Amino acid sequence: MKSSIWSPPLLSLRFIHVWRRNMLVWRKLALPSVLGNLADPMLYMLGFGYGLGRMLPDVFGTSYIAFLAAGTVCSSTMMAASFEAMYSGFSRMHVQKTWDAIMNAPVTLDDVLVAELVWAASKSFMAGSAVLVVATALGFTQSALALWVLPVMFATGLAFASLGLIMTALSVSYDFFMYYFTLFITPMMMLCGVFFPADQLPPAFQQAAAFLPLTHAVALVRPLMNDTVPAAWPLHAAVLVLFAAGGFYIALALTRRRLLK
Amino acid sequence: MTYLVARDLRKSYGTQEVVAGVDLELKPGECFGLLGPNGAGKTTTLRLCLGLTDPDAGTISMFDLPIPQSAREARARVGVVPQIDNLDPDFTVRENLMVYGRYFGLTKAHIDARIPALLEFAGLANRAGDNIKALSGGMKRRLTLARALINDPDLIFLDEPTTGLDPQARHLIWQRLRQLAAQGKTIFLTTHFMDEAERLCHRLAIMDHGRIMAIGSPRELVAAHIEPQVVEVFGDGAESWAAEHGGALCERCEQTGETVFCYAHNVEPLLHNLEQRPELRYLHRPANLEDVFLRLTGRDLRD
Repeated sequence: MKSSIWSPPLLSLRFIHVWRRNMLVWRKLALPSVLGNLADPMLYMLGFGYGLGRMLPDVFGTSYIAFLAAGTVCSSTMMAASFEAMYSGFSRMHVQKTWDAIMNAPVTLDDVLVAELVWAASKSFMAGSAVLVVATALGFTQSALALWVLPVMFATGLAFASLGLIMTALSVSYDFFMYYFTLFITPMMMLCGVFFPADQLPPAFQQAAAFLPLTHAVALVRPLMNDTVPAAWPLHAAVLVLFAAGGFYIALALTRRRLLK
Repeated sequence: MTYLVARDLRKSYGTQEVVAGVDLELKPGECFGLLGPNGAGKTTTLRLCLGLTDPDAGTISMFDLPIPQSAREARARVGVVPQIDNLDPDFTVRENLMVYGRYFGLTKAHIDARIPALLEFAGLANRAGDNIKALSGGMKRRLTLARALINDPDLIFLDEPTTGLDPQARHLIWQRLRQLAAQGKTIFLTTHFMDEAERLCHRLAIMDHGRIMAIGSPRELVAAHIEPQVVEVFGDGAESWAAEHGGALCERCEQTGETVFCYAHNVEPLLHNLEQRPELRYLHRPANLEDVFLRLTGRDLRD
């Protein structure tokens, strides 16, 4: 009679209704959201890129600012997915009780969580795309291969949304998310090759970085923006998909335990 | 035919059995109330019936569908007014209804066609474009009720529908619920307000500590569980008067704070005695649902 929290997800297209709800809210609040997603990373990219870049030689055959642009696409995607899955997701789950309202209709928690996953990935896709468009307009990438960055951003968004939803399932308040940002997200900014090549780090850090999802997003996006097919791209893509799928499964089990038991 | 049948429902959280063997049955067209103090297990019972949480034991069927296995299908014919307001604060009144209708798989045209009547019903016809934040508590409740009707449900669940509302707002909600009952909707509500239960419900179950203590129409419950006459005695010396005469003059005598409640079939001797005691004040009235409720659930404070 009792269903296990670990039973496989029941997937359906019903998640689209919930996704559309989140989209409608976003459309109402789009201006500050776009500003936040775009202005912040752009300031770092342009500031460091021009300011610091002048003093630096080319990095792997590109200007430092082009190198940094690729890193910024990835970090913006990561940030947007994490914020959406945690702060906004927690708000909908716990503060506004939006999920409760939805689950009184013929929609299940599995549908709601899939919607949150895809929505956070969609929003991070928009954030990453905004950076990519600006980087293209400024001439930091001129490669047709850069179009492949679009699916990579979506996969990166799914991976970080899944991890964020695990935190949301465990969280008691907004403050809880600071641990995750300070202990996981911010270190990744330093370890995963956003600002500088990861091989500048001591070997132990490089080995640790290999297990972090942002490393694999950067390993795909940077060559693609520099007109190169990434080395070992199936491996990097597989890692992102694994984080997305595995993370989502854990997030779903923890959320079922929290809300349905 | 029954819309909802629950048999021997049980649900524990930790070591506490919140629902401890509940049997329920709802027939089409009736308004059924679950009356109980805070923490009696009312909300958990509703969640079990809606398939939002799995029972530890027992069976539920709604519209002859097994719950929780087919809860999603069953909920397509159900409307829910939750205890805690969960309207979408970023949306207007109209958007709240539109977005909620989509969760039922309804088309935009279908929802658009339903919205005017629902707004009219909720008394919000001129507030369609207003933000939720601009609405009063009573308006929000009415909108939540309208939202629960977006799919034209056969069965409506309401969890403490008027808690926190002022008297005017409560009366308006009651009026709307009677309207729905008159339309043939089946209603399942929880409450801890006697007047609400007495006014609205054809049948009531009094619940406490996870169990159904009694079930029947408000009149049946009063007739079955309590003496028909009550005299409330208060004032200086009520306590000592009760100790001296209470037992002899009435069938049952209970004390809460400074008031003594005397229950009896014939209160003439009691009233006669009280007339000799000018220092005591008293109130003679027929027994009501509250007396039944307090008799069955006790007079201790619930936290």
